[in-house]
Amino acid sequence: MNPRITLGVARRVLTQIRRDHRTAAMLLVLPCLLMTLLWWMFVDSPVQFFDRLGPGLLALFPFIIMFLVTSVTTLRERSSGTLERLLAMPMGKLDFLLGYAIAFGVVAAIQSALAVALSVGLLGLDVQGPIWLLTVVAIADAVLGSALGLFVSAFATTEFQAVQFMPAFVVPQILLCGLFIPREQLPPVLEAISNVLPLSYATDAMKTLSTTSATGDVWQDVAIVTAFALAALGLGAATLRRRTP
Amino acid sequence: MVRIIHRMMKNSVEVRDLVVRRGGREVLKGIGFTIEEGSVTGLLGPSGCGKSTLMRALVGVQQLTSGSVQVFGEEAGTSALRSRIGYVTQEVSVYDDLTVAENLTFFAKVLGVSGDKVDESIGAVDLQSQADQVVGRLSGGQRSRASLAVALLGSPDLLVLDEPTVGLDPVLRRDLWKLFHQIAARGAAVFVSSHVMDEADRCDRLLLMREGVIIADDTPDGIREKTRTDDIESAFLSLVEDTGDAA
Repeated sequence: MNPRITLGVARRVLTQIRRDHRTAAMLLVLPCLLMTLLWWMFVDSPVQFFDRLGPGLLALFPFIIMFLVTSVTTLRERSSGTLERLLAMPMGKLDFLLGYAIAFGVVAAIQSALAVALSVGLLGLDVQGPIWLLTVVAIADAVLGSALGLFVSAFATTEFQAVQFMPAFVVPQILLCGLFIPREQLPPVLEAISNVLPLSYATDAMKTLSTTSATGDVWQDVAIVTAFALAALGLGAATLRRRTP
Repeated sequence: MVRIIHRMMKNSVEVRDLVVRRGGREVLKGIGFTIEEGSVTGLLGPSGCGKSTLMRALVGVQQLTSGSVQVFGEEAGTSALRSRIGYVTQEVSVYDDLTVAENLTFFAKVLGVSGDKVDESIGAVDLQSQADQVVGRLSGGQRSRASLAVALLGSPDLLVLDEPTVGLDPVLRRDLWKLFHQIAARGAAVFVSSHVMDEADRCDRLLLMREGVIIADDTPDGIREKTRTDDIESAFLSLVEDTGDAA
């Protein structure tokens, strides 16, 4: 591993995103629009559904978006021959993966800061815990999404397949993460499954932040999400082969 | 004289009994040859004969079935070799959404070479006036030159070029071959593939390849003499007919 190369990769990925105005705009504006839509849905409802669902969705958006963006970008890197060229150069596999993780972490930080600022500032989302910690959780979620996206891109040979991994890997996690029904109320088997899915901990962290100002549990959840992200990066590194058949 | 012979004998690459199977098909069928430093060696053969697979084996990104590939005395693909080899794949492997200069600056950072090399490489492939254009908007020939410029960045001791001159303007093609010889004159080994037989005479030495086998390994003149033909295309045909008779 070499910081010069890792940062070089991160910088290059950020330049590519900046060059693609439409993607850059969507990355930053879309989560804000979706939060506004959610707020609008419940504006006439007597129950505070926005407060109940909002934090979970703030965890979800960066996860989903980064999963999709990363799996497609890495696949493009594999199929265009640039990955083969890089791996024939003195570049560590972790340099490549961490470079991507850093770049998308930066994007996620900006994205989440905007969505959180809008939700709390303008839309009146009620958060008990520190607001900056909400952004930290969102960044951890985004890095997790990137890491999983990098990992699954190894199993896709076309961009069509890569996009199909989203319903396979992401939707079950959304269903079981506690957003629809508290995880304790799931059938025991499903609860056990939800206990080993990373998004459950991301949602837990957001829920805790919205209901209490104690941060101990939140940090524990963030640590679990980060551990999952690192494991996915490790697996991703194992799928990058210098020699291919 | 002795020194010259000694220099000519010095091999950058040694390939022995190389067999590569891809997707159940034997693409390379027991190939052996050497590449000398300080010379331009051409690999000529029709498309689909295994040229790209052979080049991938030299660079160390191809899984081998059996046999060995040694580069500068080490097994191909070891990490010490990675900064000494420049490799250009047939497809243009640069980032379409970055400018020529941004692409080179990035790869220079990966290789750990200075910014001067970026300008030098852009100059070597004659892309100065396109340096700040996004690669995706350049013509096919300009894009492949941008890809070639990346391989020149690290001043490699072995340059492996997979069909670098396809679709280029004849003037530019001549200039690039001149560049390959300049690089070889500095002591590097240059290994260039082509499916166009009329590029044969631009090489110091030729490997003719067909269906995963090397059917000739000599200087262009040597091959013409041996086959009693006037051009490499006829020589190729005559060699194929000979091996056909033998089989």
